[in-house]
Amino acid sequence: MAANNRPLSPHLQVYKPQLTTFMSITHRATGIALAVGTLMLVCWLIAAATGESAFNEVQAFLGSIIGRLLLLGWSFALFYHMCNGLRHLFWDTGKGFEIETAYMTGRVVIAASILLTIGAWLWGYAAMGAI
Amino acid sequence: MSLRSPLGKVRGLGSAKEGVAHWWAQRMTAVALVPLLVWFVASICAMIGADYGAVRDWIATPMVSIMLVLLTIAVFHHAQLGLQVVLEDYVHTEWLKIASIGIVKFAAIGLAVATIFSIVKIALG
Repeated sequence: MAANNRPLSPHLQVYKPQLTTFMSITHRATGIALAVGTLMLVCWLIAAATGESAFNEVQAFLGSIIGRLLLLGWSFALFYHMCNGLRHLFWDTGKGFEIETAYMTGRVVIAASILLTIGAWLWGYAAMGAI
Repeated sequence: MSLRSPLGKVRGLGSAKEGVAHWWAQRMTAVALVPLLVWFVASICAMIGADYGAVRDWIATPMVSIMLVLLTIAVFHHAQLGLQVVLEDYVHTEWLKIASIGIVKFAAIGLAVATIFSIVKIALG
């Protein structure tokens, strides 16, 4: 195709990696991960509607090491996507585009998603009676 | 220079007013998802370790069933809107782009229906 011979503008690799660009692609990556992770929620609800043995199988998988690692990843992805989504909604009002503000809100989002993930897991283990 | 199409000029009409429909739906579902997911994650955290009967009793509570159905609709609508943009950005073969977006939309509807059916079955069962 002739279109393939057109000159291209400089691509990502000519730019220095920055917090803002890293957070932007992470928002997209966590969004995709959450879409996939939702399949587990669907399985969990369908299993609950199917019967006790199906439900216990799904629960056993979620409670295994692999299941817990996936849940840890999904919970962080969820908190990150939600916090950074609120940052996006703030941007949608036309505010917060100054460089210092964009970096400040970015750091707040990262700190909040890590703290929320830790808090949710502590709560879960406490509910189980493990701590 | 005008960017209006000849047909648009002849008709003298403006845009179809639907240019931001996708963008707007993504924002509206995002706003809806914040309280729904905070509620859902908090409920799940508090319920860790619950057995089959306890989980079914929880799902069957009317307010919980309603919240779960709303969550399902918002999640799948938001997810398919987002995945559509990702596919539009990265898949450059036209037929593959259209096919993959179609699969995502069909899957989103199918999974949402299966999830809602499961919730309703437990709630009414």
